[in-house]
Amino acid sequence: MTANVAEDMMTETDATDTPTSPAEQETLAKKMVARDVDVFYGAKQALKKITIDIFENEVLSLIGPSGCGKSTFLRCLNRMNDTIDICRVNGDITLDEQNIYDPALDVVQLRARVGMVFQKPNPFPKSIHDNIAYGPKIHGMTRHKDELDQIVQTSLEKAGLWNEVKDRLAEPGTGLSGGQQQRLCIARAIAVSPEVILMDEPCSALDPIATAIIEELIDELRQNYTIVIVTHNMQQAARVSQKTAFFHLGDMAEHGPTDEIFTNPRDNRTQGYITGRYG
Amino acid sequence: MLQEHIVRSFDQALDGLRRTIMEMGGLAENQIESAIQAVVRRDTGLAGEVVRLDSRLDEYEDAVDTGAVRLLALRQPVAADLREIVSALKIAADLERVGDYAANIAKRAMTLSQAPPGLRPVSGIPRMGRRVQANFKDVLDAYAERDVARALDAWSRDGEVDDLYTSLFRETLTYMLEDPRNITPCTHLLFIAKNLERIGDHATNIAETIHYLVDGRPIRMSRPKGDLSSFDIDAPSRGEEIEE
Repeated sequence: MTANVAEDMMTETDATDTPTSPAEQETLAKKMVARDVDVFYGAKQALKKITIDIFENEVLSLIGPSGCGKSTFLRCLNRMNDTIDICRVNGDITLDEQNIYDPALDVVQLRARVGMVFQKPNPFPKSIHDNIAYGPKIHGMTRHKDELDQIVQTSLEKAGLWNEVKDRLAEPGTGLSGGQQQRLCIARAIAVSPEVILMDEPCSALDPIATAIIEELIDELRQNYTIVIVTHNMQQAARVSQKTAFFHLGDMAEHGPTDEIFTNPRDNRTQGYITGRYG
Repeated sequence: MLQEHIVRSFDQALDGLRRTIMEMGGLAENQIESAIQAVVRRDTGLAGEVVRLDSRLDEYEDAVDTGAVRLLALRQPVAADLREIVSALKIAADLERVGDYAANIAKRAMTLSQAPPGLRPVSGIPRMGRRVQANFKDVLDAYAERDVARALDAWSRDGEVDDLYTSLFRETLTYMLEDPRNITPCTHLLFIAKNLERIGDHATNIAETIHYLVDGRPIRMSRPKGDLSSFDIDAPSRGEEIEE
């Protein structure tokens, strides 16, 4: 009798194993969708059949050991991989149900809608003001100086940097501290009104305080943007994201709600990686 | 079984935590056995020993708490490691309570030994004790072996302990009705039985923790409930009375 009881109970728990409750999932719209995405660098396959939904107003973190393909996947989302000649992408990726690999699509426009922040802060060798103003100007978002100044201010405010730099907007962006530079880059990404922001290890060059400020910023930005972040820092993924995807050797081994991934991962490779075991 | 951590000192610390829980469980097991023996054999010396040793369980619990908090602070554990540590905290708390119940049984054994011998319901105690001890041993083994099926098996048998408690409750009531001089020893007996029943409940708690530890999810089923004595408001009917 007892073995049966045990079995029944286990199946019962399995039946309720839904990553997110249906009610919660319904309220979130799918911002980007990837279906069976393969990426090849020449003959080498870097990503295998990646399928994932990226929801609006959520932070998705991509984790996994070096070379697992997480940055490659991130760069697929705004076609940064196009800049690599030998890179080939198969499968579908859509932004608001529009195929971003459609030949008719304007890649420059796409990259305005899907902005990116890199590992190392890379401000232009220009003034703080011009760093932010550059994007709106080339995208022709405004013709008036007042309007442009307003965009600069709003972007810096949203990036939590305004109060620190408002009196020295003419100074070079490269003169800021590392954490400030990274927030400047986030402000620059925000300035062109993106819908999605991709972040590739945005805090790996920052100290814990600057990191905490960026993490707080990410949480605020989530209200208005969809964010995908690549990080090597497990605790950071746990802290800032609602969903986590674990990549391993080009496969997406597992993805789901961040709290489940970090308390009860289903895949042994995930378990091994996040707990610091040989994997 | 999971692979080893890249940082081996983390594995050693987790092993240490597991070992402490198992030693603590072994001590709690001995305490239950000695307490029951003290009741049955009217052995005040043994009862005193149980009361004395209870502080050892408190020390074990402190050691588990300290070790677990240390690991949480220093290692920021996740997934199976996190569950291991949280489970150790919970199980240590359960074992500490089990120890308290054993000590309470031992104290009552001392009191009972002053009453005239030959009180009939005493014979129900070892029977109930054996059942509780078997379940308790099973959950401890299940913890050591990470055996969810075995833990659930013990968990589902807790209802039998409750049944034994209910029948002992009725039996002692009958004796009290028969002769008011039985009231004092029977009340002690009743508390002893209640303590055993509570020990059984803590064993089911531990079984639930093992399920969470191994499977990552709580048991989604209400626990078996056999103790109906809380609903008894009257003396047992004449028909249930013991002949003699």
